[in-house]
Amino acid sequence: MPEYVPLEMPETPRLAQNIIHFARALRRAGLPVGPGRVIEAVRAVEAAGFTDRMDFYWTLHACFVNRPEHRVVFAQVFRLYWRDPRFLEHMMSLMLPAIRGVQEEKRAAAAEKRAAQALLGDQMPDLPQPEDSEGGTQIEIDASMTMSAEEKLRSLDFEQMSTEEIAQAKRMLARLTLPVKPILSRRRMAAPLLGHRLDRQKTLRAAMRQGGEIRALARAKQRPRWPNLVVLCDISGSMSQYSRMVLHFLHAVANEKGAGWAKVHAFTFGTRLTNISRHLATRDVDAALKAAGAEAQDWEGGTRIGQCLHAFNRDWSRRVMGQGAVVLLITDGLDRDDANALEKEMERLHLSARRLIWLNPLLRWDGFAPRATGIRAMLPHVDSFRAGHSIASLEDLAQAISRPDDAGEKARLMALL
Amino acid sequence: MTIPATIDAVQEKLAETGYVCGRALATVVFLSLKLGRPLFLEGEAGVGKTEIAKALALCLDRRLIRLQCYEGLDASSAVYEWNFPAQMIAIRTAEAGGGADRGALQEELFSRDFLIERPLLQAMRPDQRGAPILLIDELDRTDEPFEAFLLEALSDFQVTIPEIGTIKAPEPPIVILTSNRTREVHDALKRRCLYHWVDYPDFDREVEILHAREPAVSETLSKQIIAFVQGLRTEDIFKKPGVAETIDWAKCLLALDVVDLSPQVISDTLGAILKYQDDIAKIGGGEAKRILDEAKARVETA
Repeated sequence: MPEYVPLEMPETPRLAQNIIHFARALRRAGLPVGPGRVIEAVRAVEAAGFTDRMDFYWTLHACFVNRPEHRVVFAQVFRLYWRDPRFLEHMMSLMLPAIRGVQEEKRAAAAEKRAAQALLGDQMPDLPQPEDSEGGTQIEIDASMTMSAEEKLRSLDFEQMSTEEIAQAKRMLARLTLPVKPILSRRRMAAPLLGHRLDRQKTLRAAMRQGGEIRALARAKQRPRWPNLVVLCDISGSMSQYSRMVLHFLHAVANEKGAGWAKVHAFTFGTRLTNISRHLATRDVDAALKAAGAEAQDWEGGTRIGQCLHAFNRDWSRRVMGQGAVVLLITDGLDRDDANALEKEMERLHLSARRLIWLNPLLRWDGFAPRATGIRAMLPHVDSFRAGHSIASLEDLAQAISRPDDAGEKARLMALL
Repeated sequence: MTIPATIDAVQEKLAETGYVCGRALATVVFLSLKLGRPLFLEGEAGVGKTEIAKALALCLDRRLIRLQCYEGLDASSAVYEWNFPAQMIAIRTAEAGGGADRGALQEELFSRDFLIERPLLQAMRPDQRGAPILLIDELDRTDEPFEAFLLEALSDFQVTIPEIGTIKAPEPPIVILTSNRTREVHDALKRRCLYHWVDYPDFDREVEILHAREPAVSETLSKQIIAFVQGLRTEDIFKKPGVAETIDWAKCLLALDVVDLSPQVISDTLGAILKYQDDIAKIGGGEAKRILDEAKARVETA
């Protein structure tokens, strides 16, 4: 058995403490780090000794990381925590998005933001002080979140949220699900109960074995089956903040085990159509969205809804909608292309979908009227038309999705056409 | 052979056996030896996960016991089994001899003589050279029940055989687990191990590895080979070539007496590095020439 030296480090009494805080920072950044790992990390650091910064890095890495996707988060937290000379700069980079608005966020490298928020989410008592902090810049973040704040957040427009609110909203979205009712497949299963349909074939087959005598009537009912969900999400410039949040939501839906959907397929479109279903399966939401973002190269560009729907109808429709998929179309419908072509593609999409639900963030305005040509072309061909600009509206969607007759605001807006 | 005292010593020892590894990997190997924890290695196929166990066995002069995982692997093929045919023969022989003492026979049938030891039990046996190295290879291929079974085996290093009793390892073996990540291994198992993601080596290290494994390959050629393979890894192909493929390819080129890479040679030997028809079709044409040109440019500037 390995022999452990008693955990005594009189010359650096703060090391163990620092490792504990470091582990807490990792935990806040989303790594599953338990107390057992911390004890082990302290032991490991003791065993490896202090010779070089990289050894220290790999020692902690071996103890705290156990998934490849966590390596980036770990690297960032490590860099920020263990006295990076540019520590202050990163603290400021955390603060900037809140001041300048959400557009700035994209600049941060993968996981860097999460690392920074994990470290600065509340004040850390033993945070190593940056060497060049004599300027006296004091940064305080109040991350206290009460129930009433959560309520407020629920109805807040995604576009009006601050970074902290977005982070909170993302956490709330991650808990949301889209519960769906099973659909009855054509396949049937044996049902012992009276009242189900008579299974004539089975009754006769049984009778043949009994020399032609019918002894019992076999009954069958339809086997329930979960539908697929197909999401078409607009990622053009006007939709960017919404589509980001919706993708967070989708990631949660796609990764919720046993929530009902047989499969979740997701596509993004702006100027071209991109299949991001594979990326949504990545467990870590940041990594998933980053991969999806790298795949879809038309983020925040223009919109060509008609052409993208055409591409979908031609290349993907038969592959992903074969078994009665519910389609969620997320776009503001602002399209400058040929309205006739768009209408034809919408009709085609509608005909091949089990249900077509259109989420439109523009609907949040009280005086919204379907005046844009794109919207006028699309509206007649959806089953349901709903708002999708806040957590509350997505929660409404979750409830409406299992009501087959739900049409949202469609009837009201059709009257305005 | 005792365990090396520092990370540098680990690196040196491994290099002596021809396994060139980075500081990061040396650190976790050292920690795993020092703390007596299993080492969990993940990474793409062919980056040298299995190789490290072999190299460790060689440089520590320990016995290497390998448990190759596959779907449906169960405790009887991983731990122990009774040698049923031999038992039957023993019974028949006793019957033929007549007047068999039933009690003694029973005793004998379930003794060590009829016990077939499988890798996990072998690893718990004392060895005069020291605790053996237990390589549990491609853990992601087993099913979850076996993984759960390993949890217990790896924490206690003891096995209970009802007829014989509990066998406990006098000194726990050095355990190395590898996974290609075709499925996620449960966190409970990972938590008991030190984790390391084995990445493709960088240019210089890979040249070093190739030199250690195939000293006959000339320096220019080996640099060209590595630059080409590394260029290939940045392409969008189905299965990226691992270090093992690089070494294989170098062997092929050596056998063909190639001194300088050319598009023709590459397309003739592409099967040594690419293992999918789609990839070969994609790279085989003009792509190979482009990557080769880039690779040669890189070698010259370096």
